[in-house]
Amino acid sequence: MLSKETKLDMYWTMLLSRRLDERAWVLHRQGRIAFHISGIGQEAAQVGAVFALRRGYDWFLPYYRDIALMLALGYTPRDFALSMMGKSEDITSAGRQMPSHWSLRSANVPSQSATVATQTSHAAGIGLAIKLRGEDKVVLTCIGEGSTSQGEWYEGVNWAAIHRLPVIFLVQNNQYAISERVERQMAVPGPAAKACGLGLDGREVDGTDIFQVYEVIAEVAEKARRGEGPSLIEAKLYRITPHSSDDDDRTYRSREEVEAHKKRDPLLIAQAILEKEGVLTPKKLEELEAKAKRIVDEAVAYAEQAPYPVVDDNVTRVFAGEVSHA
Amino acid sequence: MARLTMREAISQALWEEMERDPDVFILGEEVGVWGGTYAVTKGFYDHFGAERVRDTPISEAAIVGAAIGAALTGLRPVAELMTINFAFVAMDHIVNEAAKLHYMFGGQMVLPLVIRTTSGGGRQLAATHSQTPDAIFAHFPGLKVVAPGTPADAKGLLKASIRSNDPVLFIEHATLYQTRGEVPEGDYIVPIGKSAIQRAGRDVTIITYSKMLEISMKAADQLAREGIETEIVDLRTLRPLDMEPVFDSIKKTNRAVIVEEGWKSYGVGAEVSARIYEQIFDYIDAPIRRVAQKEVPLPYNRTLEQMALPQVEDVIAAVKEVM
Ligand SMILES: Cc1ncc(C[n+]2csc(CCOP(=O)(O)OP(=O)(O)O)c2C)c(N)n1
Ligand SMILES: [Mg+2]
Repeated sequence: MLSKETKLDMYWTMLLSRRLDERAWVLHRQGRIAFHISGIGQEAAQVGAVFALRRGYDWFLPYYRDIALMLALGYTPRDFALSMMGKSEDITSAGRQMPSHWSLRSANVPSQSATVATQTSHAAGIGLAIKLRGEDKVVLTCIGEGSTSQGEWYEGVNWAAIHRLPVIFLVQNNQYAISERVERQMAVPGPAAKACGLGLDGREVDGTDIFQVYEVIAEVAEKARRGEGPSLIEAKLYRITPHSSDDDDRTYRSREEVEAHKKRDPLLIAQAILEKEGVLTPKKLEELEAKAKRIVDEAVAYAEQAPYPVVDDNVTRVFAGEVSHA
Repeated sequence: MARLTMREAISQALWEEMERDPDVFILGEEVGVWGGTYAVTKGFYDHFGAERVRDTPISEAAIVGAAIGAALTGLRPVAELMTINFAFVAMDHIVNEAAKLHYMFGGQMVLPLVIRTTSGGGRQLAATHSQTPDAIFAHFPGLKVVAPGTPADAKGLLKASIRSNDPVLFIEHATLYQTRGEVPEGDYIVPIGKSAIQRAGRDVTIITYSKMLEISMKAADQLAREGIETEIVDLRTLRPLDMEPVFDSIKKTNRAVIVEEGWKSYGVGAEVSARIYEQIFDYIDAPIRRVAQKEVPLPYNRTLEQMALPQVEDVIAAVKEVM
C-alpha cells in the first residue's frame, strides 16, 4: 500500500513536470529555446513506473518524452532549463547533447541517440549484464508505440525474452507517431499484442491512471527480480500536444478529438483520486501550484544567467583517455 | 525562368516525374498526409493518392528494402529517409543490397531506385541528428551519390536520378531548402556525374558541393574585394566523381582548396586532393588545403556547433594560405 506521503509525492512530480513542460512551450514561443518535445499527457505512466522501481539502483533507458520520469529520478527543473539553453552547467553534457535526450549518472540513465528504438537492445544488454553479475536489479526502458515498428525493437525484445532478462519494456502508446495514427503503424490493436509473438508477458494498462501504472510495474518488476523474465507493458494514453515545437497538429487531427482527451488528463485524474481520498485538499493544491511555479521560475532565471560553454580544448576531446572523469 | 526555393525545385522535379511516369511512386515516413519532413511532398498525397504517396511505419530498413523489392519489378520508387542519420539503420540495404545487386546478378536486373534524404548540421540538432556523412556512401561502387547545391541543379539532378537505372542516394541539405535560384521550367535534366564551374576566377580553385557551395561563394565575394579571384567547382555528384573541370581549373590557377561540411578524415577532400596529386601533380604550386568539420560529434550549443562547422572565414584563411 502506498502511503499518503508517497501518493502526494507522485502527484507533485507530475504537477512539477507539467508546469515545467508548459513553460518550455512558452520559452520556445518567445524564441528563448530552439526546440521542445513534450511529455504532456504521459506523466502518469512515467512517474507511476519510476515509483514502482528502486531509484539509484535499477537502470532506466528513457525516450525523449520522459521529462516526468526524469524528474522522478532526481533530474531537476534547473537541470532541464540549463540543457534546453545549452549552458555549460548542463549536467548531462555541458551543452553538447540535445535537450530531452536524457542522461543522469546518479540514476543509471545512460545517454542515447536520436535514432528511435536503439535503447531497446541496450536495455537487453544491461539486463544480460545484471544476470551475469548476479544482481537483482531491473531495467526499465521506454518507447513510443510508433517506434516499435523498428527491427531494432523486435530484436532487443526477442533477446530479453529468450534469455529471461530482467527488463520492463514500457511502451507509451499516445496513439500517434507524428501524424500517423496507431492503426496505420501496425496491424495488431496495439504494442501489447506483439508480446505474444515474441514470447513474453504483454499487458495493457490505463496510462492516464498513475496508481494503476504503479501497481502493474511493481508486479512485473518483482517477477523480473525473481528471475522470471521480461514484460511488455503498453500504457494507453494520448499525446495532448503537437509532436514537437516544429509540428502543427491541426493538419491531421481535430480540435474536438484533442479536447475530448483532455478530459482524461492524467493530472486531473490523479487529483480527483487524491481529493476523494482526502490526501489532497484545495489548500494543499494551491500550495503545490505556487511551489511549482516558484521552482520553474527559479530554474529558468538561473539558466538564463548561467554562462554558455566556451570553445576550448575540451570541446574536441572525444576519447575516454583525453577526458577527466573526476 | 522562375526563381524557386530549393524545396520548390525538388518538389517540382518529383511532381513532374510522377505525372510523366506512372511507375514512379514515393514511400517514407510522413511523406503523405504530413507532406514530408521538410514539406517537399506537400500536396502530393491529395493529388496522386495514398497508393503512390505511401506513408510507412518508422522502419528505415524496411523502407529501403521494400523500395529495392519494388524497383526489381520495374517500378521506380523514390524512398524518403527523414535524415541521413537514420540511413544508418538501413545501411545494409543501401550499401550491401542496392549498391551490389545489379553487378552480382550479372546485370540481369536493374535497380531504378532513388533514396532522397537530408544531410548536414547547423540547426542545433546535436551529434546523432546533424551529421554530414556523405563521403561514407560515396565509398561504395554501384551507388550513385548526388548532392546538389543550387535549386536548378536539384531539379535537374533529381529528374536524372529518377530516370537512372542505377540506385541513387540523393542528398539534400537541411539548411538549403529556403535558398532561392533561377530554375528552368519543364523537362530540365542535369546529367549525373558532371561537375560544374559556379564562379570563374584565375587565382585559386575552390572545390566544394552542397551547402559548402554557398559558404564558398560568400568567401569568394569577400576575397574578390581584396583582389583575390577564386574559381569555384561544384562537384554536384560524389560518385561518379567528375574531376575534369577540377583539373582544367587547377591548370589555370595552380592552387586548390577543398571545402566540405563533413569530417576531414577519409572525406571528400581526401579523395579529391589525392586525385589531384596523382594526376596533375606538376600543376600544383602550393600544398592543397582542406576546410572541413572539426573532428567531434556535432555539439548542440550554438557556439560550439558553429565552432565545429566550416565557416566563411575558414575558407578565406585557407585560400590565403595557398596564395
Ligand atoms: C530511426 C528514426 N527514424 C525516424 C525518426 C524521426 N522521429 C522522431 S520521433 C518520431 C515519431 C515517433 O513516434 P512514437 O514512437 O509513437 O513516439 P511519440 O513521439 O508518439 O511519443 C519519428 C518518426 C527518428 N528519430 N529515428
Ligand atoms: Mg506515439
